[in-house]
Amino acid sequence: MIFSFQLLFEAILFGILLGCFYAAVSIGLSVAFGLLDVPHVAHPAVLILGAYCTYLLGSYGWDPIVAGLALMPLFFLFGIALYRFYYETFEKRGTDAGVRGLAFFFGIAFIIEVGLILAFGVDQRLVEAEYIGKSLSFGEMRIPLRMLLAFAIALVLTAALTLYLSKTFTGRAIKAVAQDEAALRLMGADPVRIKQWAFGIATGVTALTGALLIIIGPVEPMLDRVYIGRTFCVVVLAGLGSMTGTLAAGLILGISESIVLMHFGASWAPAVAFGLLLVVLGIRPQGLFGR
Amino acid sequence: MRRLASPFGIGAAATVVLAGVLALGGANEYFFFAGYVVLQFVVLATAWNILGGYAGYVNFGTAAFFGIGAYTSVLLFKSLGAPLLVQMAAAAVVTGLLGFGTGLLTLRLRGIFYSIATVAVIFIAETLMINWRYVGGATGLQLLRPAPMLPFETYTRMLFFIMAVVAVLAVAIARYIEISWIGRGLRALRDTEEAAECSGVPTLRLKLLACTISGALMGVAGAPLPMYLSFLEPASSFSLNYSVVALAGAIIGGTAHWLGPVLGAILLASMQQIVTVTISSEMNVLVVGVMLVVFVVAAPDGILGLIRKLRRPRAAAGKP
Amino acid sequence: MSETLLRVAQVSKHFGGFNALSEVSIEIAQGERFGLIGPNGSGKTTLINCISGSLRNDGGSIVFDGHEISGLPAFERTRLGIARSFQIPRPFSSMSVLENLLVPLEYVVHRRSMHAADTRAEAMQILESMSLADKADTPSNRLTQVELRKLELARAMAARPRLLISDEAMAGLSSTEVEEVLAILRKLNASGITVIMIEHIMRAVMGFSQRVICLDAGRIICEGTPESIVRDPEVQKAYLGA
Repeated sequence: MIFSFQLLFEAILFGILLGCFYAAVSIGLSVAFGLLDVPHVAHPAVLILGAYCTYLLGSYGWDPIVAGLALMPLFFLFGIALYRFYYETFEKRGTDAGVRGLAFFFGIAFIIEVGLILAFGVDQRLVEAEYIGKSLSFGEMRIPLRMLLAFAIALVLTAALTLYLSKTFTGRAIKAVAQDEAALRLMGADPVRIKQWAFGIATGVTALTGALLIIIGPVEPMLDRVYIGRTFCVVVLAGLGSMTGTLAAGLILGISESIVLMHFGASWAPAVAFGLLLVVLGIRPQGLFGR
Repeated sequence: MRRLASPFGIGAAATVVLAGVLALGGANEYFFFAGYVVLQFVVLATAWNILGGYAGYVNFGTAAFFGIGAYTSVLLFKSLGAPLLVQMAAAAVVTGLLGFGTGLLTLRLRGIFYSIATVAVIFIAETLMINWRYVGGATGLQLLRPAPMLPFETYTRMLFFIMAVVAVLAVAIARYIEISWIGRGLRALRDTEEAAECSGVPTLRLKLLACTISGALMGVAGAPLPMYLSFLEPASSFSLNYSVVALAGAIIGGTAHWLGPVLGAILLASMQQIVTVTISSEMNVLVVGVMLVVFVVAAPDGILGLIRKLRRPRAAAGKP
Repeated sequence: MSETLLRVAQVSKHFGGFNALSEVSIEIAQGERFGLIGPNGSGKTTLINCISGSLRNDGGSIVFDGHEISGLPAFERTRLGIARSFQIPRPFSSMSVLENLLVPLEYVVHRRSMHAADTRAEAMQILESMSLADKADTPSNRLTQVELRKLELARAMAARPRLLISDEAMAGLSSTEVEEVLAILRKLNASGITVIMIEHIMRAVMGFSQRVICLDAGRIICEGTPESIVRDPEVQKAYLGA
């Protein structure tokens, strides 16, 4: 292996683009698990579901980004229904929500995964759009346009959600529900409805990021497994529920993965997120930006 | 309890004898081929339940322990030509230590962190094996089985008998933990960790113990896999399906009693054999997923809980 | 006064930037009935969490019966003789009332050395002294509030403590129920057990304690006999916000 600054520079640049994308796909989980404390291990499966729905609309000639945006309200409702169901069956009854809640979401993830296999087969699927094949050249470097696009949308999305959570009344209520449910109840707000709304938003956002996923590269039904590592790594590294932390953690993961990818090969890349996750859990489980 | 002739002891001995008689005299070779898999899942579900059911820590990483057990065997077989029983013992040590390590890393944290960490262990282990040429890399390794030990006619029959013994042992260990002071401590910390600690229960130590035993048993279940298949490759050895079936078997059967995982695993694994042959393996995983969700939602105490309700309808419907 | 059982010296605890306890020092004598009062959020529960080991103190030392315990995990402190009840009852909800008591009996008192039948008999005895015997086989998640409070105390007693910390064992109970719990605590104290009582019900804590400390914002603002405490202007300010 020859060390070269050119390669390292490219790896870092690519890592930054990838990292913003990872932050974007994790942001739904950051809300659902980080803020609402729902053990949403099915988040990556919902992400892949979003990618496949985009693929489906794409086969009718929809642009993937338009498709992603159009799917958001649908996923928003799906998220509300999912949370409501989770709340009624597990959180409300209180006892043993831990084991059964986890098993529930694990089961949901499997149903989505196998459902996709039955509907679309195990082959990789991709979408077509004008911007997907092209790339921009900067000197010797070529940056794929789709990466830049995903990068831009990821940034906008993260910024929008951060603003929403800190500037709007509902957003602040969502953050408050994470900290002190009783206080919120005293203020006359219904914590369950707020959580439900927040979970809906988290799921809606995941539809759009699912579209980004299939823009960046082909997807297959079992891709959610790798994304369990990536999304949880980002959310834990970020410190639960921190939006700016999510962006920073995404960048750390993206850059690490891209360096490993360029220097050690693709077969090592999937382990980066999981390895990083284990290290964080062992050393600093409250995350880099947590309390 | 200490008497050898307890009903459980008799049942356990009878199971081993029955397995032995079948393996020596039974007719259909496919029965042993399929029966081995069912027994393997009995071990996995029972092992899962020691930590997941009694202590309430959900392990998604059964596949990691199972797969590493299998790879320990391959490594020993290829390098030293070690016999099967040595392979199995080594697998128990390696995966027991792995369980201990994973536990040490995450059991101080909330339950979900342990669960996610176990998923991480699957992927890291799989990636390591993919990149390790000696044990076959991504394409896997073909293995030549030695002759079966006497008095068994075929290797599959021998493996069937060995797995039956392992299953009986696993259940006996799980049952011992359940009815002893260890089990009471695990249940106490599952209900409320802080109060358990304040009642004198060394919660971290007990969790680590459960984690180690559970991991070791999963490794033993995986150890004969290379010989069973005469082949080993990473993708199928670390398949998340092992994790799902172990977890679903225990939850569907009922986690409170050692019999639950046994029932659940036999049910799921038999179904798996039938559905995979008659319909498709995807459909089979789908059925397991749907059953898991239906049970955690509608019958959280599993089949055993349902039976208990049927037997004592008044007690269940009585007080709120 | 007889010899010191528990010595808390300059114990601090902070959560992030918030100082929950700043340099609190208390000495409690063997056999004493000790009251701990203070407004909500004043650090009472944090203090007993530091003593019982549910939290680790950031500074200072805690010496129990001659042992420095501030580094020990909670279960070892229980084995040394510190038991507590929880403000919000935390029964082992999958177990019956009797089984709840078997946990400390098996893990503290007998350490797997005794026969199951004897341990059960011992648990029954404790339940009888708490007048919970008729509930022995009831699942603990079907108890009423007062029964849950009594179970908390019974479970703590099953650890055979020398120091019992009762964290608001009477909150939400009727006045006859308060009397019932008070009588139990007096009986335990008479048998030689030192009791720290945290309580909001002034009548109860003042009637019970020989000595009282009032915490406010993580500091001790007043210490003395119940009579002197109620008259203290600092205490009145802390409670009434005047």
